[in-house]
Amino acid sequence: MMKKLNLIFSLLFMLVVAGCSSKGDVVDAGTVAVEDQSASSESADNFKDSGMTELGDMPEALSHRVIYFAYDSYDVSTQDRDLIAAHAAYLSSNPGSSVKLEGHGDERGSREYNIALGDRRNGSVKRMLELQGVSPGQISMVSYGEEKAAVEGHDESAWSLNRRVELIYAGM
Amino acid sequence: MKKIIVLLSLFIGYWPALAPAALTIEITQGMEGAVPIAIVPFAQPAGGAAPPENVSQIVMDDLRRSGRFEPVPEQNLVSQPHEPGQVRFQDWKTLGVENLVIGKVESSGPDRFNIKFFVFDVYRGNKLIGFSVPTTRKRMRHDAHRVSDLIFEKLTGLRGAFATRIAYVTETKSAGKRKYKLEVSDSDGYGPKTILNSKEPLMSPAWSADGKQLAYVSFEKKRASIFMQSVETAKRRKLASFDGVNGAPAWSPDGRQLAITLSRDGNPEIYIYSLAGGDTRRLTRNAAIDTEPVWSPDGKSLVFTSDRGGTPQLYSMSVQGGRAKRLTFEGKYNASADFSFDGKRLAMVHGAGGSYRIGVLEIESGVFNIVSDGRLDESPSFAPNGSMIIYATEEGHRGVLAAVSSDGRFKQRFSTRVGNVREPVWSPFAGGAR
Repeated sequence: MMKKLNLIFSLLFMLVVAGCSSKGDVVDAGTVAVEDQSASSESADNFKDSGMTELGDMPEALSHRVIYFAYDSYDVSTQDRDLIAAHAAYLSSNPGSSVKLEGHGDERGSREYNIALGDRRNGSVKRMLELQGVSPGQISMVSYGEEKAAVEGHDESAWSLNRRVELIYAGM
Repeated sequence: MKKIIVLLSLFIGYWPALAPAALTIEITQGMEGAVPIAIVPFAQPAGGAAPPENVSQIVMDDLRRSGRFEPVPEQNLVSQPHEPGQVRFQDWKTLGVENLVIGKVESSGPDRFNIKFFVFDVYRGNKLIGFSVPTTRKRMRHDAHRVSDLIFEKLTGLRGAFATRIAYVTETKSAGKRKYKLEVSDSDGYGPKTILNSKEPLMSPAWSADGKQLAYVSFEKKRASIFMQSVETAKRRKLASFDGVNGAPAWSPDGRQLAITLSRDGNPEIYIYSLAGGDTRRLTRNAAIDTEPVWSPDGKSLVFTSDRGGTPQLYSMSVQGGRAKRLTFEGKYNASADFSFDGKRLAMVHGAGGSYRIGVLEIESGVFNIVSDGRLDESPSFAPNGSMIIYATEEGHRGVLAAVSSDGRFKQRFSTRVGNVREPVWSPFAGGAR
């Protein structure tokens, strides 16, 4: 479900980038994926009309907004460090922007322990953002543990996609 | 099935607007060792209004699902006495039953009834107990469970827990939208009542010691908050809603405090929340995860889950703080503890070999047993008399509830037709009172 939406919005995002390239600005279409699913058929102009705020220049790397984790682990993998660095660069150079970290786990084991794991995953990402100059006030966190699976499935292929932190940008 | 439909339609009559699906129990393992018992259908009142419940059937079902008794099928009963004077012990000896239950329901006024019953020791040829229980149309089912409690206690020496309730969370999906409910039903799954509806996840229900309140976690504002709510009046109070984790509420035995998990100071730690002052006192101080606190029945210590040793394990700590003592050493995953009400055993989620099952630790001896056999079992909760553990499992990738005797020999499943059911918590003895 989420994956499909992400795909739709990645496409929309590209359309928006293409549409706005002459003006050199970019609309954060990814926000809409989480906040309002019904907006999927609206044009980029409608995004602006519906109270969305332009975030200024967003590098291509910022279209990747999910960080995945190993089982029972909250260590960020080496390859995701560059991704977090790109988000940190954006957030620190746009002090008015803010991001919400949503931590998740797979369905195995205890539900509250999975909430704690999601929180530690948030914490790992938050610490890396802060070390790279993002103000703590720009970051909020919620852990859903295993309560909001991205992929419904009961094997490692689903579990590996559910152990994640999603970075969600909000209008300011 | 016919009975279920009758029960369900009665129920719908009581709460026409809510009517969540009832859970029905099926026994899945282990009638061997159950003691045969004869329960003669109770006589019905000669005149006046018919009683709304079949009391002797409820008693029979209760005793059967305890796993300790095997009621004799009605067609095998040699006679149908309703008064002590009508009992011929020789008949029952021949049938090979040790105990006999007889009784009657009498009308005692508009909507009022008396349940009179006797329990006999067939071999000694004497009466063990006899009671008259006044009841009303509305309370009759509850009072039938109390009759079962009295019989169970007399015959086993263990207090009965039939007149108690369970709370649990359900999740259903329609038109792509998820709906979550916090529900409370009788301990036999009958009469479910919705306590809270939400479009966002609900988690971690916990009973207060007086059985009147439930604490729980709600994500209703897209953040985690801990609430407490009266089961009867639905009046609720928000206890904690900090940034990050607000979770795992557990009431102190005296009902004045809750242990909760917050991550507001950087990582999940355990705090003691005072209901009178609304203030929180931090208990654990550790760079690792500390969560899922449960109180020892004497209120002096907490057991919780921590990964301070590298994997999630159970630890205990005084409520005054201090050193944490590790309790579990078997396997790489032990979490989500629940104390038996005598404080001698801990049930937990035990992960090993890719499966998550319910384990029981005898605290003093260190003896550890696995009592469930699922792949993704979780959320164990002891019955208040310690005889059974209710937990969440899966069946065809749907979340369902199951119960197992604390020695693992007797198993039953609570079936439902729709959605996922999870996070069962058994009420204390007081939780059955209305």
